[in-house]
Amino acid sequence: MSRGRALRGLVLGVVGLGLIAPIALGLGQSLQAAFGILPALDLRVWSLEPWRMLLAQPGFGSSLQLSLLTGLGSTLIALVLALGFCAAGSFGRGPGRLRWLAPFLAVPHAAMAVGLAFVLAPSGWIARGLALAFGWNRPPDIASVHDAWGLALMLGLVVKELPFLLLVIASGLAQLPVARQIAAGRALGYGPGVAWIKLILPQLWPLIRLPVWVVLAYGLSVVDMAIILGPSNPPSLAVAVVRLFSQPDLAMILPASAGAMLQAALVVVCIAALWGAEAALRLLGRWWVPRGGRGMSWAPGLRLASGAVWALMALASLALVSLLLWSLAWRWSFPLIWPESWSAAAWASPSATWGAALYNTVILAAASTAVSLALAVLWLEAEADLPRAPWAEALIYLPLLMPQIGFLYGLNVWFLRAGLSGGYLAVIWAQALLVFPYVMITLSEPWRSVDPRLLRVAAALGAGRWRRLLGLRLPILLRPILTAAAIGVAVSVAQYLPTLFMGAGRIATLTTEAVTLASGADRRVVGVYASLQAALPFAAYAAAALLPMWWHRNRRDLRGGGV
Amino acid sequence: MFAPITLRVAAGGVAVVMGPSGVGKSTLLDGIGGHLAHGFLAQGRVLIADRDVTALPAETRRIGVMFQDALLFPHLSVGDNLAFGLTPTLRGRSQRRAAVEAALAQAGLAGMYLRDPATLSGGQRARAALMRTLLAEPQALLLDEPFSKLDASLRAEMRQFVFDHARARGIAVLMVTHDPEDATAAGGIVVEL
Repeated sequence: MSRGRALRGLVLGVVGLGLIAPIALGLGQSLQAAFGILPALDLRVWSLEPWRMLLAQPGFGSSLQLSLLTGLGSTLIALVLALGFCAAGSFGRGPGRLRWLAPFLAVPHAAMAVGLAFVLAPSGWIARGLALAFGWNRPPDIASVHDAWGLALMLGLVVKELPFLLLVIASGLAQLPVARQIAAGRALGYGPGVAWIKLILPQLWPLIRLPVWVVLAYGLSVVDMAIILGPSNPPSLAVAVVRLFSQPDLAMILPASAGAMLQAALVVVCIAALWGAEAALRLLGRWWVPRGGRGMSWAPGLRLASGAVWALMALASLALVSLLLWSLAWRWSFPLIWPESWSAAAWASPSATWGAALYNTVILAAASTAVSLALAVLWLEAEADLPRAPWAEALIYLPLLMPQIGFLYGLNVWFLRAGLSGGYLAVIWAQALLVFPYVMITLSEPWRSVDPRLLRVAAALGAGRWRRLLGLRLPILLRPILTAAAIGVAVSVAQYLPTLFMGAGRIATLTTEAVTLASGADRRVVGVYASLQAALPFAAYAAAALLPMWWHRNRRDLRGGGV
Repeated sequence: MFAPITLRVAAGGVAVVMGPSGVGKSTLLDGIGGHLAHGFLAQGRVLIADRDVTALPAETRRIGVMFQDALLFPHLSVGDNLAFGLTPTLRGRSQRRAAVEAALAQAGLAGMYLRDPATLSGGQRARAALMRTLLAEPQALLLDEPFSKLDASLRAEMRQFVFDHARARGIAVLMVTHDPEDATAAGGIVVEL
């Protein structure tokens, strides 16, 4: 017992000092700067000047509005579509394993954004298709990417968050007796759609609430996608804040910090609003459900949602294909649908171009995933002999709900003082803040579902704690562990802001390069970086699926299932 | 949960605990074996051949457990399952291998060292699980409704197999069961909780 407590204490200490404290310190640092305290510039008096400077930024109001619109809009659209798709699926043979989602889940936001920009741009595939139909010979003169309304950004966020929400909803539904309850509802005279909304949705929501909040927080504060797809002047709030932080005039750190705090407040307010809406809908439901109305058919709406999901995923596939195509195209003039000539020139000299970025990306992904995985295993192992601590589990979500811009800059100030900034260690640390929660979330369910009697038998056979862990638990969980690792790699590869800030601009990864190059550079070069960026998580997912299949090839009970 | 009880089982003897569901039969076994989940507190002492093991962790008590499922480790071959249990005091690759092969032969599983446990029949699995337990050289054995999932013909055979081996090795057996036939066949003390 005492050993278990010591292990739990150790893990809590590592998580507290390694993950929670940096966020708190970074947040505190930015909060001080937002109110005029910045010892580095010899500013030691509280003031509201940073906020005045922030409000005076040209286009500030539009930035705020844009962030609200794209963040809330994309989350709600993606949520409604995902719910509709899964609801429509529950009446047939169920939404299934949704294995086909894996590539869309794996691809980093920036790569998806670059691909979408290729497809949506006035000279992109969609315009080329229309040109063929209408006989245009010049790209249309409209801003279909970087549009002032942020529609392209919203579309990008919907396309990228939809697979995540689908997966979350499907795994939530898998825990509920959906088919039997729908059948019971229909036997009472309710149409399937109404039965789903009145019976299933209220049970499903608590299971998906946190992931939806994560999506909302992400959408409100996204940076890389907003740079690639969003309007550039004025940009969304998060991008505007990043720009302020990176200005040579150090005094701009003050309004930037105020903007970072505003960004954090925006997320808090929007999550609170969603919570409020949930409470209001619950009240409404208490009035609506007992009325016993059998309602009308929801089938057309559900079909529409399913159709939209398939269309968006088709768009996503086009975007991914266009990355590879552009990286290999040589001549590809408007309005041709297919390149005229091919060349591997953009791939040809890795040492001068993408080699270093690939190397950095692989090192960072491997290190941050390994650290996160080790920590998650220790956490879950410590859980074995002590009651679960729900508050500690809630803390895991904190880095996902907190906008990165809110704490990363402040954290970097601490890293600078410790002499860590600009090195691998600082970037690995910052990435692990975001990799660990996903690894933990992925691994905890399979971990807890291992039959405890297996471990008792092992103990009765004389196997101590470490032998039970290394000889039994870990090999049995090989597949989920590798899945968690693959997700960790995907999360790490996708990180933009932590690499940018903690690396002090000195550590170039595929993501930072792709984002930098996306504005204006040669499409072939951007295509190479974005293709590689998408390929790394793909490779990790493929390895996570194939390796256990080979390893357990003679073990029937462990072969099935998977990602 | 239940009134305090005192139970002595002779080496090689079989004691049976019976009682309605939920009375705490399995929890009693957990307490004796050292497997109590947190939230449970056991009062009393567990003595094995006059050795007080109450404060020891499960892995050093030398008390084997068997459940109604064989619970062979799914990632190991049948032979490696037995080798997992085989006492570490027996050293040397070839000697350990020979001990496992001998145990497999005793259980009617000769030549099945490399088999995937998932491909064994129910009876084969149960015998393999018993051999795995015995190879750890336990001083006592806890059986939690061990035969309830086997069909009637197999049940009597398996019961005989377990009791014979336990008697031959002088292992004290404590069995929880619903089946009166188990109690009759055991021929020892029967405790009603």
